[in-house]
Amino acid sequence: MSYSEKVVEHYEHPRNVGSMDKSAEDVGTGLVGAPACGDVMKLQIRVGDDGVIEDAKFKTFGCGSAIASSSLVTEWVKGKTLDEAAEIKNTEIAEELALPPVKIHCSVLAEDAIKAAVSDYKEKRGTQTKDGGTEEAAE
Amino acid sequence: MAEQNRKSPVYLDYQATTPTDPRVVEAMLPFFTEKFGNPHSRSHPYGWEAEAAVETAREQIAGIIGALPKEIIFTSGATEANNLALKGVGAFYKDKKNHIITVVTEHKCILDTCRHLEQEGFDVTYLPVGENGLIDLEQLKEAVTDKTLLVSVMAVNNEIGVIQPIKEIGAVCRERKVFFHSDCAQAVGKIALDVNEMNIDLMSISGHKTYGPKGIGALYVRRKPRVRVVPMINGGGQERGMRSGTLAPPLCVGFGEACAIAKEEMGAEAERLRMLRDKAYQRIMEKLPEVYLNGDMESRIPGNLNVSFACVEGEGLMMGLKDLAISSGSACTSASLEPSYVLRALGLEDELAHSSLRLGFGRFTTEDEVDYAVERIIGEVSRLRKMSPLWEMVQEGIDIKSIEWAEH
Repeated sequence: MSYSEKVVEHYEHPRNVGSMDKSAEDVGTGLVGAPACGDVMKLQIRVGDDGVIEDAKFKTFGCGSAIASSSLVTEWVKGKTLDEAAEIKNTEIAEELALPPVKIHCSVLAEDAIKAAVSDYKEKRGTQTKDGGTEEAAE
Repeated sequence: MAEQNRKSPVYLDYQATTPTDPRVVEAMLPFFTEKFGNPHSRSHPYGWEAEAAVETAREQIAGIIGALPKEIIFTSGATEANNLALKGVGAFYKDKKNHIITVVTEHKCILDTCRHLEQEGFDVTYLPVGENGLIDLEQLKEAVTDKTLLVSVMAVNNEIGVIQPIKEIGAVCRERKVFFHSDCAQAVGKIALDVNEMNIDLMSISGHKTYGPKGIGALYVRRKPRVRVVPMINGGGQERGMRSGTLAPPLCVGFGEACAIAKEEMGAEAERLRMLRDKAYQRIMEKLPEVYLNGDMESRIPGNLNVSFACVEGEGLMMGLKDLAISSGSACTSASLEPSYVLRALGLEDELAHSSLRLGFGRFTTEDEVDYAVERIIGEVSRLRKMSPLWEMVQEGIDIKSIEWAEH
């Protein structure tokens, strides 16, 4: 099968590959997919006090379209608020990368990864306030 | 590395097909033009000349498997030969016996034909394979009943290149008076075969897997003791009534020539390919951790290497190796998302099945090409592992199996 130029470009020059400390309080981590299905995406976001995503990193096990989808969303979420990021739709990802029908699941996975990272971050913050923890007490 | 010795992309997919040997093409050419006769025309020299060429080809094909020329039935390829063997024998003997034994790792055209026969009332036993891809002879012996008509086991697997114990299977079949069919598409010209020594009653052969043209194959059908086959294609009664239709002399001649060359050169070729394959394997194992060989290393044709690179997805890997023509057990491109059924039959985790590459070496593969391919694979696997969340987990000592993945 042939890949679109944009997929190839992201695959060959992936943006924001890497990992953040998943225990850091300002980091949200989303891990989606399954090895048995041939794709696993890990997306991490670092969120500022103002609720804006300052940085994003990814690691992906999967085909070129899966790698490109996750690379693209790390670019897209930066500078967005959590709510704005959670609104990114798989159809926008698929359209931007010109994914063929058999690769739509890669864009769905990327959307899920954003949502998982956002909810992980929110959960972390929520839990901490409920526990009455302070910033000093957090690791 | 001398680039002039390397074609791009480097062709390492010899189990998919082989290029037609130039000597084969040379032999074929006159039969398109000046020697264009119908080999079944009996009334003039055009027909006689074509017929003589076809009969020479039949001898050459019979010669590489120790058969008689009359026992060779030309078909359009190994798929047709496999269909004819199973359906043809099935149809002839179905009133007496209706049980067929085959193996889970057979080619799709055997498995699909067996499914078809099941719908027609046959019982089919699908033998499992061990981790090494080989069947257990004891399980075969236990599976044979007094209703068993036919055992069909491929000699060489197309994905993992393993060689089944054909001679031993043949002995079991002969002792139990069961017909033995073997799909030898990947075996002819690669390993020594002898239908009498191996007690093979029916054998499927392919032209294009052994440097012959595409569009032709053959079914060997034993004459003594006689094996009866109901034809699938009816017509003028060519090929002893088992396969009607005008033969294609250029294809027959090419197929014959390819077998003659293979018979002559097989020994030296196997030795050279073994050297190339072993060098590639050693270099990969030396440079990369967590690489797993799929299928037995000893009982394997020399031109095949099938390995899984943990934590790297095969299709993603191939995308980075566009300058190599190879194939993967990952089926990410298919709608099913199912990885190779052959690799799964070895008991491989799905993740490792998704991470496999098949490298097929052949007659025109150069050492330079192999060296180049191996370095590219090592480089790309390393790059993709750096961006693999699974590799990161493995490095951190996390057991991937302990995680509850949401299967999608």
